Amino acid sequence: MSEQVLTYREALRAGIEQALLDDERVFLMGEDVGRYGGCYGVSKGLFERYGAKRIIDTPLCESGFVGVGVGAALGGMRPIIEVMTVNFSLLAMDQIVNSAATLRHMSGGQLNVPLVIRMACGAGLQLAAQHSHSWENFYAHIPGLKVLSPATHNDARHMLIQALADPDPVIIFEHVMLLNTSGEVLEQSEASMEKALIRQQGTDVSLITYGGSLGKALAAAKQLKDLNISAEVVDLRCLRPLDTKTIIASVTKTHRAIIIDEAWLTGSLAGEISAIIMEQAFWHLDAPVKRLCTAEVPIPYPSHLEQAALPQVEQIVTAAQAIMAAR
Amino acid sequence: MKHKLHLDRVHLLAQLKQMLRIRRFEEKCAELYGQEKIRGFLHLYIGEEAIAVGVMSALSAKDNIVATYREHGHALARGLSMKSILAEMYGRTNGCSRGRGGSMHLFDKNHNFYGGNAIVGGGLPLAAGLAMANKNQDKQALTVCFFGEGAVAEGEFHEAMNLAVLWKLPVLFVCENNRYAMGTALALSESETNIAKKASSYGMAAEQVDGMNVVDVEAASIKAVEQIRQTNKPYFLECQSYRFRGHSSFDGQLYRDKAEVKLWQEKGPVIRLITWLKENNHLEDEELSNIEAEIKAEIQAAIDFAEQGQWEPISDLAKDVYSPPASSTNTSHATNKSQGEQL
Ligand SMILES: Cc1ncc(C[n+]2csc(CCOP(=O)(O)OP(=O)(O)O)c2C)c(N)n1
Repeated sequence: MSEQVLTYREALRAGIEQALLDDERVFLMGEDVGRYGGCYGVSKGLFERYGAKRIIDTPLCESGFVGVGVGAALGGMRPIIEVMTVNFSLLAMDQIVNSAATLRHMSGGQLNVPLVIRMACGAGLQLAAQHSHSWENFYAHIPGLKVLSPATHNDARHMLIQALADPDPVIIFEHVMLLNTSGEVLEQSEASMEKALIRQQGTDVSLITYGGSLGKALAAAKQLKDLNISAEVVDLRCLRPLDTKTIIASVTKTHRAIIIDEAWLTGSLAGEISAIIMEQAFWHLDAPVKRLCTAEVPIPYPSHLEQAALPQVEQIVTAAQAIMAAR
Repeated sequence: MKHKLHLDRVHLLAQLKQMLRIRRFEEKCAELYGQEKIRGFLHLYIGEEAIAVGVMSALSAKDNIVATYREHGHALARGLSMKSILAEMYGRTNGCSRGRGGSMHLFDKNHNFYGGNAIVGGGLPLAAGLAMANKNQDKQALTVCFFGEGAVAEGEFHEAMNLAVLWKLPVLFVCENNRYAMGTALALSESETNIAKKASSYGMAAEQVDGMNVVDVEAASIKAVEQIRQTNKPYFLECQSYRFRGHSSFDGQLYRDKAEVKLWQEKGPVIRLITWLKENNHLEDEELSNIEAEIKAEIQAAIDFAEQGQWEPISDLAKDVYSPPASSTNTSHATNKSQGEQL
């Protein structure tokens, strides 16, 4: 029984369950994680199995319960805090940025905050301009935080355990469009949480991406193969710290890079990665780096506009063809 | 501008019709959601109609409204056309937010209807700000802010309460206490479950109202509105109610039992008013079926209107992120709309 097929949601739940079983200090806390089963059903059944002390329903008060999580971590517990979606995490950003991320440094290394915060992110469900965004980059900007983006079912299953083993605050982003998809789960993680992984080997162009866009990059790579373009797909997995070594090794091999990122272009992680490539692999490039990001508009409600705002497979294919033609 | 409570038959029939419009409209919306005509989240107001209808009838056209993602009833009771609301839920350009917002983000400047806020608690400070603008510019208008009891746990609630009292802002806060915030029962979210009491601790007039009784809500609102207009100070109504349907389109309702729902349905605002009117010989079966027929026709017209609406071209994707340059005046919204309504 070395591998199993689970939905992304089930894989997340199995990870939480293992964490609860492994360590008595672990508890899950957030809005509607208990009796309701989680706003996206991730924690369904856990309240019944683990009880109200370990699966804690909170009132609506993001700043409050995230702050309580920071305090509980300081006090020796291992909280898993669920903020329903990244959109609502803005109300808790002060506690995350000004407390969780800084306490170790401000105390001269005396304190640490072993806290994991999970949140859903991403567009695609027609939830409009207050419920659809990808703000991984906000948190990836902050020294003191680590930011994970499990794009595969195996990472959904195992990254939480890796994050809990870390002595510092870790934020995990779970893309809503992955929840219902099924995929293989192994007995353990393929790599440490901070390592980027090559999901598809190739020699002509590196498609660098994470989270909800990995599937699009892999689909594009498949189409490109028929067009005789060999695309390498890099799954970043960890957005802070970035695994620069893997990124540079890939680009040094392929000499071309396209970064696919669901964030808005301006100020995106794609911009950061592009700068890293320019600084460290400039002389290996055969073409300018290309960024495919979300159009600079709050996500609109109608499906055709929402989809038009997001990076799509066809755009990746076209960009790869263009980058191969550029010389 | 002074409203009086009319307990006459004509007015009560009008209130009944308003509540029934909301009820039947949303029942149809649930159906249309099943047909995937409406997408995203759909939060139904069924069971809570007396609050929006009662409060709105105490207001003047100049007053401002701030609501949440559960705002179809407020929009209808405020006077937005059913056509423009449904077209919005279809995502078409003839919708009240020109298709950009959907069910959770209904806006209409002509009705001073400021949304449609889907961040819990987000509307409260905004309402205080609208009230500040009204007061400082002597507009003789007040702002009504609707929100659920779940919002009372958010910091923004407390910040807004304090500012409104501290700065004497003309706001009517209407807490729609339907006893659950998604799956979280009131007792699991509030240290003090008497929300009016909590609000009054900020030093403002606050009372609990039977939110299942449209007459009670209207009477309390008239009193509150009068007092706000006289004193320019905020006022707080906690309307006790119940949501008959799930929180949104995806809700198995594992957190409450069916018997409880049934109990509340029996005291529902629509059935209650109908029963009272009939018992007192104010409503004939035929009148009721006439009302139902009118509403049915209105809903059908709204569906036709929404179906005929256009999809916005993708070339306009990045529209309305910023205001147009100062030279081009912003009249396009109004024109688009009136053209649309004639379809
Ligand atoms: C800041 C924030 N946190 C969480 C959510 C998710 N959410 C949407 S509605 C809701 C429940 C709100 O309950 P209540 O305020 O009582 O209003 P009701 O839905 O009952 O009308 C939750 C948790 C949100 N939209 N915004």
